[in-house]
Amino acid sequence: MKLVLKHSFGNFTLDFQLDAGAGITALFGHSGSGKSTIINAVAGLLRPDYGLLEVDGEILMDTARGIHTAPHKRRFGTVFQDARLFPHLSVAQNLDFGTRYAPQGISVSRDDVIDLLGIASLMSRAPNTLSGGEKQRVALGRALLSAPRMLLMDEPLASLDSARKQEILPYLEHLRDGPLGLPILYVSHAVDEITRLADTLVLLKDGRIAAQGTLRAVMSDPAAVPLLGVREAGAVIEATVLSHADDGLSQLAISAGTLELPGVRASVGSKVRLRVMAQDIMLSRTRPSGLSALNILPVTIANIRFGSGPGAAIALTAGEDTLLARVTRRAVASLELAEGAEIFAVLKATTVAPESIGH
Amino acid sequence: MTLDAVAWDALRLSLWVAVWATCIAVPLALSVAWLLARREFWGKSLLNALVHLPLVLPPVVTGYILLVLFSPAAPAGAALATIGLTLAFKWTGAVLAAIVMGFPLMVRAMRLAIEAVDPKLEEAAATLGAPRIGVFTRVTLPLIAPGVLAGAVMGFAKAMGEFGATITFVANIPGQTQTLPIAIWTALQIPGGESAAAAMALLSCAVALGAVIVSEALARRVAKRIGGAR
Repeated sequence: MKLVLKHSFGNFTLDFQLDAGAGITALFGHSGSGKSTIINAVAGLLRPDYGLLEVDGEILMDTARGIHTAPHKRRFGTVFQDARLFPHLSVAQNLDFGTRYAPQGISVSRDDVIDLLGIASLMSRAPNTLSGGEKQRVALGRALLSAPRMLLMDEPLASLDSARKQEILPYLEHLRDGPLGLPILYVSHAVDEITRLADTLVLLKDGRIAAQGTLRAVMSDPAAVPLLGVREAGAVIEATVLSHADDGLSQLAISAGTLELPGVRASVGSKVRLRVMAQDIMLSRTRPSGLSALNILPVTIANIRFGSGPGAAIALTAGEDTLLARVTRRAVASLELAEGAEIFAVLKATTVAPESIGH
Repeated sequence: MTLDAVAWDALRLSLWVAVWATCIAVPLALSVAWLLARREFWGKSLLNALVHLPLVLPPVVTGYILLVLFSPAAPAGAALATIGLTLAFKWTGAVLAAIVMGFPLMVRAMRLAIEAVDPKLEEAAATLGAPRIGVFTRVTLPLIAPGVLAGAVMGFAKAMGEFGATITFVANIPGQTQTLPIAIWTALQIPGGESAAAAMALLSCAVALGAVIVSEALARRVAKRIGGAR
């Protein structure tokens, strides 16, 4: 999907370009950064001042040539934050609505979708009797059954509490990794969702792209720290589960060594994503001993970036991965940290919360 | 107290006029309600005022205006005459008077129902591939059905009871334009006509009551189908 957008309203200007491929492309930005405008323009619900949208060689929007394909002909299944289930129809009838207008010849198995989303028991229920998480699963199923070329998800989990989020995230992961293999444009202002789901990440700020690239590249870039927020910044790396010990800790292999982490539920041999918070990494010139922390990795400083405040973000090469640490300017000076220096990173075992471990 | 041929004729005519008026007015009122609820256009407040005018004008004045516009000598009346439709002093004119008088009530009920529908639901339907007509028939119409029904019932009741504009526009011709209310009024003008008037008044009450019961039953069925949503 190729997208170029320019749109102004009030004193806000959106200026956006995207080339999204397979997998989940996440758009991250705080509220007011123009995320929903992008989704609405792609879905055809908003006519931008200037817009060009090409999918699979088909031009769906080109304002310069007066082309604006109607929303119902675009085939972008859209899942909104507020589910938007039809209140006068049962769950089964809502799903039927998706199937009814699906193009002929493209069949999405209703049973597979119901199975994937675990909504078989909800079929005869009315939407207003469903929980928030159930509503979103049905909305997702309805969008899938319309046989879309791509899924658009506009903050689908934003109105859910943490427990309901956990209920849905695995389904989205199945969708990403499963046989349907639909490309997804996923809009969110929650870093935890994005680190768990995204393949490609685009950071938006004030209507413009501030950073974009693979999830791992963007998340380990010191320049992304102010965009994500100091507390949310942190690299995402891939690990393989080696073993589970009786005391609740599991051993995971990463390219730079092994980590001992609690609460890992994935089976031995499977790959998981780890999110290592930048503020939870300590740096040491020498290999520390006598510490309660279990995870110590030898790393090389790749890049140091000073922010406007007292902090500094440091990219660390650990094997084939890049970690991101956040320390104070004063620490950088007193430890004489410089690019190329070989030091040790100390990760607390609680660094990676169980819910931010995903396949 | 007996019901004579005059009463039955009046009842039959009133029902005939009310059914025609309702059938014609519902789609028109729905279209106007849609425009007022969903569209912004030049002259919107003028249209709104025009629709509501019969509600605030004395009915006699409305009837007079209809007479001026649709008498065979007037341009509108002459134009309709060329396609074989005469309104003045005909039952067709009674239908027009009933439509005009009931229109504001119908539009109000339907407009409120349309405004209560979240356009975001219609957008969602469009993203699922539903064309406009599908969005309307499968999402919007079911959601506004109770309001449309309420508007239709009000229009029907107004048509059954309309007096002032009707008698001014199409006069009081037994079997042709003498609807039930006009027949009651006529009976009251005749010495000794009180019992006939009372009988027809009772008849009128019975019809009104029946209409309310039928509409309630219909509304329940619609509500059940909609599934107590929102």
